[in-house]
Amino acid sequence: MDNEEKPSNNVHESDFTIALAGNANVGKSVIFNHLTGSQQTVGNWPGKTVERAEGKLRFEDHDLHIIDLPGIYSFSTFSMEEIVSREYIAEENPDVVINVIDASVLERNLFFTIQLMEMEIPMVICINQMDIAKQKGIVIDTKKLEKALGIPIVPTVAIRGEGLKKLMEKTLEMGKNQENNKNPIKYTAIEYGSEIEKRIKSIEKFMASKNMNLGYSHKWMAIKLLENDPEIKKLIHEEYPEVIQYSYQLALEIEEIHQEPAFAVIASERYTLASRIAAGAQLHTDIKITLSEKLDNVLTHPFLGYITSATIILGLLLWTFLIGDFLSGILTNILGFFQPTDPLLSGSIITILWNGAFGGFVACVTLIIPFVVPFYILLSYIENSGLLTRVAFMMDSFMHKIGLHGKALIPLILGYGCSVPAIDSTRILESRRERILAAFAITFAPCSARTIIILSLVAIFVSIWWALALYVLDLVIIFIMGKLALKAMPGESTSLIMEMHSLRLPEASSVLKQTWNRTKSLIYLVLPIFIAGGAIIQVLYVLGVLNYIGILLTPLTVYWLGLPAFAGVLLLLGIVRKEFIILTLVSFVGTDLSKALTPEQFIVLAIVGMLYIPCLSTVGILVKEFGAKVASIITATNLATAFLVGGIFAYILPFIL
Amino acid sequence: MSGNENLSENIEEYLEVLYKLGKGDHLVNTSQISGNLKIAPGSVTPMLKKLDKLGYVNYSPYKGAILTKTGLKKAKSVTRKHRLLEKFLHDILQIRKDKVHDQACDMEHTLSDDAERALCHLLERPDECPDDEELIPACDFSFKTCEECMERKNEEVEQVGTRKENLISIVDLKEHQTGKVLFIRGDYKVIRRLMDMGITLGAKLSMMKIAPFKGPVEIAVRGSHLALGRDIANNVFVEIIPEQVKEEDGATVHG
Repeated sequence: MDNEEKPSNNVHESDFTIALAGNANVGKSVIFNHLTGSQQTVGNWPGKTVERAEGKLRFEDHDLHIIDLPGIYSFSTFSMEEIVSREYIAEENPDVVINVIDASVLERNLFFTIQLMEMEIPMVICINQMDIAKQKGIVIDTKKLEKALGIPIVPTVAIRGEGLKKLMEKTLEMGKNQENNKNPIKYTAIEYGSEIEKRIKSIEKFMASKNMNLGYSHKWMAIKLLENDPEIKKLIHEEYPEVIQYSYQLALEIEEIHQEPAFAVIASERYTLASRIAAGAQLHTDIKITLSEKLDNVLTHPFLGYITSATIILGLLLWTFLIGDFLSGILTNILGFFQPTDPLLSGSIITILWNGAFGGFVACVTLIIPFVVPFYILLSYIENSGLLTRVAFMMDSFMHKIGLHGKALIPLILGYGCSVPAIDSTRILESRRERILAAFAITFAPCSARTIIILSLVAIFVSIWWALALYVLDLVIIFIMGKLALKAMPGESTSLIMEMHSLRLPEASSVLKQTWNRTKSLIYLVLPIFIAGGAIIQVLYVLGVLNYIGILLTPLTVYWLGLPAFAGVLLLLGIVRKEFIILTLVSFVGTDLSKALTPEQFIVLAIVGMLYIPCLSTVGILVKEFGAKVASIITATNLATAFLVGGIFAYILPFIL
Repeated sequence: MSGNENLSENIEEYLEVLYKLGKGDHLVNTSQISGNLKIAPGSVTPMLKKLDKLGYVNYSPYKGAILTKTGLKKAKSVTRKHRLLEKFLHDILQIRKDKVHDQACDMEHTLSDDAERALCHLLERPDECPDDEELIPACDFSFKTCEECMERKNEEVEQVGTRKENLISIVDLKEHQTGKVLFIRGDYKVIRRLMDMGITLGAKLSMMKIAPFKGPVEIAVRGSHLALGRDIANNVFVEIIPEQVKEEDGATVHG
């Protein structure tokens, strides 16, 4: 955005905080990206696994601080996103809230607008995706809507940047107007049925008489009390228990009148209002069948839908592996030019440390980045275009078999590339329990490093069919372990409620920005682990500690798994990076591995290498997301499964081969 | 057991089969019925004629029978009792899956409405029966929510009265059929989440897509499209709005 086009007379600089709020998939993030450009930081809300994106914009001589609230449909207490958003508005008091609305789904979006208006905060409404609405045959009279709501309205097509300048002008104007007004803004447009309105007012009056000040507007709190909102009740109960008593009586009265729970009455009232306002402001021209709907008929077709879903998943995997492999090769060559990464270098302690750290760095750069970046780019396309919701729709019933719903497919697919971003993306699931279930399944998924082990140990030295068989075995294990985890963590699974927004082609710049943000946060997490882990393991190896542990492990490696004694060291080194198993093996016995190991041993080593401890960075992200306890349980289960399955194969393979 | 009781049990069995096979919206032929009840085709026709006379079905010779509105209501009520009993026998009494059907068949005819309601409370508003995962229909008592039913525990169902409308779960809607939401089964949490997404009592919704293998359904409500998992969709009950009425309303699905 150009800030010099319209110099303001107002020379003094003032900071405004502006929050973007609205439903999911209305184009909030596109607007955020347009406004803040490269000046953004993406982190987490304190103590929550909800993304917090904020950025800066200089506009008409003002420094604006912009925050992108999570996409939500309501201010109830079902998701962390909803709680985070409402607490932010109440506690941090943004100067203006820009409510972004999808023009093609006006009524449902207004339901949320009304809830924002209940909070009595300064607002500007941005009606986005005017172009998509037009394609659908919906024309919106923004002037009429502005009048009906009493809030400035700016129509935009954010994807092309249209209307954003106007939006910021209106926002700034609102911010300046409200600068010295600390009183709540009474929106007269929201008026519920008299039996409810009367009771809201009387609770408000009661609150005013108690001089209540908890950050939220009285009106909003009164409505929340009638809705029996647990968080607000808790908040008010600490200081004003009599208010709870008072409103409880009134809620009962409403329930008596309507024979419905009060929250249902209020939700219906909001929708009635939203429906009336929407109907007054929107004109349906002829309903057109859009290209998106035609495509949709194929994507969710009872037969073709499975083919397109499978194609999308396979395409994503192929793209990741082909591009990833290509990039990984190039990066390995470049880095190999600077320094060879032989894990067995000896020398001074500094050299060893450096060598280990460098090895870890190379592992990160050559393994994570080349696979993760192309994956993220394509995933972002699939996600933002709406294709992913169609895949989730088709796959929902299969995912239910391991206690997850359709949306959980996304992290699982990610797991084929790399477990770390996969576990990171389990955030899209609703409950902690489901996140853990999905993360657990992911730790068994054949990520790119595991694929390398299977290919280089088994495909080359045994046969390609055995390699394939191991891949299938891994899938079976994921399924079995998923089922077992479900038994171990019983509970109500969240059902799928997902908006199927219209298909559209995402804008390349927001895709790249999303990819960059995701990659950046991943690198911050993974790189230190790789570097430190590489260095520590290397030192331990040179000091002979690994050998010693290797000897301690012989009952397991030699007697139970039937592997040579040095296998313990291989597996320990493999914790940092699974390919170290192969690299070290080569340096022990030379390139012709078949001299050192029998086909049975190859297979067993590959199975154990494939299933045991995911890898340092995966453990790292497990700890970060779920805490040390869950991380160690998952890791221990991985280990136990690896040795159990490996042992079983060590016993039965001699009879098969 | 008197002959009358035998007859009414027999009627209920027929209605149940007609509901299972025809859902009240299409004809079921005699051979399907005889196969399902494991009786001779010859004895089916006289019974269908009798049901026709009682107003439970419309019988067309050589074609079969279709449930009438009254018949559908009665059929749903028996089916509900049957499937609740199956759930009870399996989940609470821990009787083997393959045994519950026959046992439930014997018990369903004598189960009172109050006992049915109590069973529903005990089993926490189940939506699927254990043996063939078929949908348990909604009760016919005029409650708007399950919470209301719990709160009015002291009243007997006779005092509550029955529903005027014929409720149908949205999973039984056909693509492009439209219905008005009249009842949502489940606790506050489910209802609230649905309401936030626009599925309020009284809202109009249209079925867009039904995913195979008991997958989710896609509905259009208030101008937006939503995918609902089967376990949620099972619990949203509507009254079907006939096509013509819909067109008078402006041919849109905006509520």
